[in-house]
Amino acid sequence: MNNAMEKKLALVHLWVAFGAFALAAVMGLYQVVERSGFFGFLESREVYYASVSTHGVLMGFVLTTFFIMGFGYYVATSSLKLPVWNKTFAWTGFWVALTGVVMAALPLLGGAASVLYTFYPPMKAHPMFYIGATLLVVGSWFWCVSMIVMHVQWKNANPGQPVPLAMFATTANAILWLWTSAGVAMEVLFQLIPWALGWVDTIDDGLARTLFAWTLHPIVYFWLIPTYTAFYCLVPKQAGGFLFSDEMARAAFILLVVFSLPIGFHHLYMDPEQSHGWKLLHGVGTFIVTLPTFITGFTVIASLEIAGRLNGGKGLFGWIAALPWTNPMVLAMVLGLLMLILGGFGGLINASYAMNAMVHNTAWVPGHFHLIFGGTTVIMYFGIAYYFWPVLSGKPLYCKSLALTQLWTWFIGMMIMTTPWHILGLLGQPRRIDSVNYNNLLTLSWEPYEAIMIFGGAVLLYSSGLLIYNLYKTQIGTETYQGEIEYAEPIHAPTDLPEYLNSFKVWNIVIAVFMLIAFGYPILQFFLMETFGSGRWGV
Amino acid sequence: MHIDRLEKKWAGISLGIAGLFVAIILGSALFHGIHAPSNVETIDSARLHLSEEFAEDNLGPQRNPDGSITVRMVAGRYGFYPKTMVLPAETSLTFRWVSLDVIHGVHIPMTNMSTMIVPGYVAQVNTVLHHTGDYPLLCNEYCGMGHAHMWSNLKVVSKAQWADMNNQGGATHE
Ligand code: HEM
Ligand SMILES: [Cu+2]
Ligand SMILES: [Cu+2]
Repeated sequence: MNNAMEKKLALVHLWVAFGAFALAAVMGLYQVVERSGFFGFLESREVYYASVSTHGVLMGFVLTTFFIMGFGYYVATSSLKLPVWNKTFAWTGFWVALTGVVMAALPLLGGAASVLYTFYPPMKAHPMFYIGATLLVVGSWFWCVSMIVMHVQWKNANPGQPVPLAMFATTANAILWLWTSAGVAMEVLFQLIPWALGWVDTIDDGLARTLFAWTLHPIVYFWLIPTYTAFYCLVPKQAGGFLFSDEMARAAFILLVVFSLPIGFHHLYMDPEQSHGWKLLHGVGTFIVTLPTFITGFTVIASLEIAGRLNGGKGLFGWIAALPWTNPMVLAMVLGLLMLILGGFGGLINASYAMNAMVHNTAWVPGHFHLIFGGTTVIMYFGIAYYFWPVLSGKPLYCKSLALTQLWTWFIGMMIMTTPWHILGLLGQPRRIDSVNYNNLLTLSWEPYEAIMIFGGAVLLYSSGLLIYNLYKTQIGTETYQGEIEYAEPIHAPTDLPEYLNSFKVWNIVIAVFMLIAFGYPILQFFLMETFGSGRWGV
Repeated sequence: MHIDRLEKKWAGISLGIAGLFVAIILGSALFHGIHAPSNVETIDSARLHLSEEFAEDNLGPQRNPDGSITVRMVAGRYGFYPKTMVLPAETSLTFRWVSLDVIHGVHIPMTNMSTMIVPGYVAQVNTVLHHTGDYPLLCNEYCGMGHAHMWSNLKVVSKAQWADMNNQGGATHE
């Protein structure tokens, strides 16, 4: 199959993703330096908050969305052996999303949208920021449609056959994202844009926070699914082994999609506008969604063990040494899992609301999500990039050892940066402060940790530079490379798969019911009781 | 369909772990009354000064007949009012927080007094402070350029000391 167009489509998406990442990484280092207060001449809260808002949007929304789209298109075409459906449609999605990014970037960089990536009203950003963010999401919906159409095309051509796992996971993500983004889309379209443009004078903050919480939890699974897809479908092959269980992988993806949606209120544990019973319900769901992660941990580690033993590893732990540690994808996964295990403990604390009260909105929170999101999720994006770039660009990877150094330094940098960040949270430091002004002895104990964070940030920026340099050199290389993405085979090929493990029809109904239960009354209540809206406030 | 025996076992273990955590939070919620601030009570943030409860004279601690204390606080850019306050240790406290303007969050480090303060809503937190000393109240939700400058002070004294101060008519807040 000639898929030159698919390669270009994927590569352009991925370059936008990593371009955004590179810019945001520079801002990241500036932020850890500025907030420490060690360099007086740098102090400027206007610049700091414009920077954190931009960094958060670029890392959280632009890197991820474009990466997921580019990765998804190529997974679809290579695993299904089908051309990407309607390329004009796919490119339209790309341009809509990119236009949105540019529109949002202008007020962000100009300091007219310093509302951080969560843009909680009633602090108001320039209307162009909300419109740009909406376009980014609308662009991503084009991708969702593409993935679903291709999934159906393949099923129609191969009735009764199991959809290749990588595509099953990608479709799961497209469906997850449609459900997930509906919450913030309602907030932006019905509340924020009319209010920011002055068509309505007030906004109900309780409702806005509730709709945002709808999106805020499952969005992290939207970011994570490509990482899990690589864990299941790409790494076992790279490690020289097989996937331990195809069926369990499908079950894990389904659980992720179904249970990550109705649990957003754990972001509202400390909020007054939702009552206790609803928080408890979402709290229970929050623990259920740990299940697919436990299953994933087991299945992917078992797959690695198979590979290690096939490579000649013996004994209880000998297989670990026998893994191909010099394969960037394998290394990325091992380091990612390490960070996931550490971050997982932190996550359990956040999820328990008695303990959550101690760390809520402290520096612990950015510490935690930099470790899991900036660490586990993103390090696998790097691993995928090193594998995909040669295939997509038709040039061999410029330097493998540089790639390994990059992954190690990312891991080390993250450890150095996030450990003190967690501690600062336990020492009571609020998140999102640009400087330390509290007239209290407690703050003296914060200083050494701020200093260590700068060091971690510097290592991370160095690592980011290595990544971009390597990808760029690969792209402009002169040698040619011919290879395709290879997917891991399961030990037992899935036969007579029940339809509920091969399709999302049933699951969409289950999700609809869950969402109705979890969000129906909590949203309706704002229309039943007398509420008082807020006006427009600057930053 | 083929599911490995080991994998079935592991799925069982995972279910067990998740179940254990669910039991813990259900238990702590139902039997120990550990509740997040969840009173779902609305208020017009634009007219707080006209509201009886949060009029300026009513802010700060007030003793209830049963010996507990209700502390009414207003958050606004950039401070928590009253700016300084004295409270007794080992006493049942009910904080009632409202915002004048945007969303704020407040916590007292090393304690579990923490809540979001969302305009339009009253956030109520029940707690007991166990240790005497000086504490800051810190704003922990980004609320604008002055976010890092938003704090106020709390002094926690022993119950007896607090009773003394109040009996002599001394101010417990200013
Ligand atoms: C180059 C390494 C990085 C450094 C030095 C860095 C540093 C920072 C700092 C200092 C903040 C401000 C936090 C606060 O004020 O509470 C921040 C915010 C943020 N970072 Fe990073 N970061 C880095 C990489 C990443 C990565 C890889 C991601 C995710 C892909 C990420 C996602 C975010 C997000 C979403 C925010 C916004 C948080 C908020 O608004 O509260 N960062 N980062
Ligand atoms: Cu504040
Ligand atoms: Cu604040």
